[in-house]
Amino acid sequence: MHKNKVTDWLVSRLHFIVQVLLSACDKNIIIIIFNREFCMWEYTDKVQQHFLNPKNVGEVEKASGTGDVGSLACGDALKLTLKINDDDIITEAKFKTFGCASAIASSSVLTEMVIGMSVDQAAQVTNEDIADALGGLPKEKMHCSVMGREALEAALADYRGLVLPMAEGEVVCECFGVTDLEVIRVIKESHLRSVEEITNFTKAGGGCGKCEDKLREILHTTVNSKTELPVFSSKPKRMTALQKIKKIEEVLERVIRPGLREDDGDIELIDVDGDFVTVSLRGACKSCHKSQTTIKEYVEKQLRELVLESLIVEEEN
Amino acid sequence: MATTNGKVVYMDNNATTQVAPEVIEAMMPYLTEAYGNPSSMHTFGGVVGDVIELSRRKVADLLGAEPEEVTFTSCGTESDSTAILSALRTYPEKRHVVTTRVEHPAVKSLCENLETVTGHKYKVTRLKVDSEGMLDLSEYEAALTDDTAIVSVMWANNETGVVYPVEEMARMARQRDILFHTDAVQAVGKIPMNLKELDIDFLSLSGHKLHAPKGVGVLYIKRGTLFVPFLTGGHQEIGRRGGTENVASIVALGRACELAGEKMDEENGRVKMLRDKLEKGLLSRVPRSMLNGHETSRLPNTANISFEYVEGEAILLHMNQYKICASSGSACTSGSLEPSHVLRAMGVPFTAAHGSIRFSLSVYNTEEEIDFVLEKMPAIIESLRKMSPFWKG
Repeated sequence: MHKNKVTDWLVSRLHFIVQVLLSACDKNIIIIIFNREFCMWEYTDKVQQHFLNPKNVGEVEKASGTGDVGSLACGDALKLTLKINDDDIITEAKFKTFGCASAIASSSVLTEMVIGMSVDQAAQVTNEDIADALGGLPKEKMHCSVMGREALEAALADYRGLVLPMAEGEVVCECFGVTDLEVIRVIKESHLRSVEEITNFTKAGGGCGKCEDKLREILHTTVNSKTELPVFSSKPKRMTALQKIKKIEEVLERVIRPGLREDDGDIELIDVDGDFVTVSLRGACKSCHKSQTTIKEYVEKQLRELVLESLIVEEEN
Repeated sequence: MATTNGKVVYMDNNATTQVAPEVIEAMMPYLTEAYGNPSSMHTFGGVVGDVIELSRRKVADLLGAEPEEVTFTSCGTESDSTAILSALRTYPEKRHVVTTRVEHPAVKSLCENLETVTGHKYKVTRLKVDSEGMLDLSEYEAALTDDTAIVSVMWANNETGVVYPVEEMARMARQRDILFHTDAVQAVGKIPMNLKELDIDFLSLSGHKLHAPKGVGVLYIKRGTLFVPFLTGGHQEIGRRGGTENVASIVALGRACELAGEKMDEENGRVKMLRDKLEKGLLSRVPRSMLNGHETSRLPNTANISFEYVEGEAILLHMNQYKICASSGSACTSGSLEPSHVLRAMGVPFTAAHGSIRFSLSVYNTEEEIDFVLEKMPAIIESLRKMSPFWKG
């Protein structure tokens, strides 16, 4: 064999080789080697700094918004408390975290990031932003950054008096209580392409493994809805993207617009990406401070009922 | 203040051990000038063949066995697979295996594969353990059937150090004409053994757990036990295991077994005393900490302690700051997302399973090191608890 071919072969088998090695060694007790350079998860300096000297530990008194995610059983949990002033600016953020080094570091860096942000700005923070702020996280630990974002979302929703849509999905992974909506969301946001990646980001599938087939199906369905991506042999979807868009347009026109027009408002469909529906409120609705409530409580509810249960409606930024 | 002069405090000997200087000295010639192949006809190879036999005798002595009952392998995992698969090939009509819920992955994964990869051709019974990690022998007795080809029960558990009554269990299997295998990787060198008088048919051991290098193991096969090889090829190991012998490591293992025999008393005396001091000290100094595993039926070197409401990986990385090496059964260090299957089988609550730390000592540990760890641990746990949303002070 030519040398390059040997290398190619090795690389193509790398995953398998690693698995064989892993199963051969003491899976349940892995040694943490004493030198930092050789630490098993190869944490960045930034992660180590935030882990060893975390910022903003504790709970904000009389918090404006609290986000409580994760559980003891799952192995990590985060309680994020925010103080938000009258101008919708986050003036204080504190955390309490049970979890590994990257969970603690993600929480710590998150509090630093959001202090000084407006509520709207904070709502835009993604898990990738958190990981980037730490100089990256090992892929097995990406779920820690997702936990950070979830806690932030929960705290903001609490402040706004909203119910989080993610929790309303159907639970796919019973071991870690992950819903299909959460899975779909990370697939889209972080461009995931394998079940393993989904596990790294959400923990779904990391327990008994029974939901693996379901995760694969969700992955294929979600990826396929973006059309140009490689074709996987998956079950036919209940609705094609085009059918979905047409149906959404129809419901907007027939049901939703008349309701909004009564209040001198209007709505426009901007984009449909898989189950994510982006809309823009117009007229009186646009300046209405209750626009989020309108979108979630009215538009999304109607679309879910009349088009597809899994739809998530968001306002254009 | 206790100090270790900045040296590494190694308390992870159930994972692997330091190669003893005497062992390195013994194996060195076989990595340098004495490189002959023991299968060769010339004297150069013959000399090497002789040292392998000498090494075999030393291993046999530690086990209380005959040299011809000792087969060298590459590791404990290979020995485990060889024993179990041999039994299934010897009795192809028998389709049942009895094991426990707390086995090392070497046996655990093999048994899972026996069920799933073969399309459930084989049935596996996994014996339960109680909250102290102990087995129920009446459940064991009831699990043995005419269809059972082999029983595989570890002599001592790698995570908790709990020692199982394999002598008695092997006797019960023999009465039913069922083969008995024990993974004794953690027990050899810590528990005196006299296999001549026991009904154990197969026993696995691993070199790197007793101060020999990695990459060498042994499968003990009781004289008269029917055997089908796992690795076929050359006639090495009287046809029981093909493949050119790992001469240097085999010599090393022989020397390591000799040393283990000499230090057995120290292991059960001084090391046990250090372990007890560490264990009692931690349990008394750190609130909401608990011992995982049976208090007395346990290896002399192992203490598995849970610190509630904190997570193991975070604890280990803080310990790492002081160059203290141990391991954890937490999900984050397990390579999976769930905590140790051993602790879960024992019903250790999640509040504690994620915060378990295993300290495993060796004859190289000192009292200064124990004092150092006792001094550092309470503050580490306290700092992490202050951060934990579940810790109510």
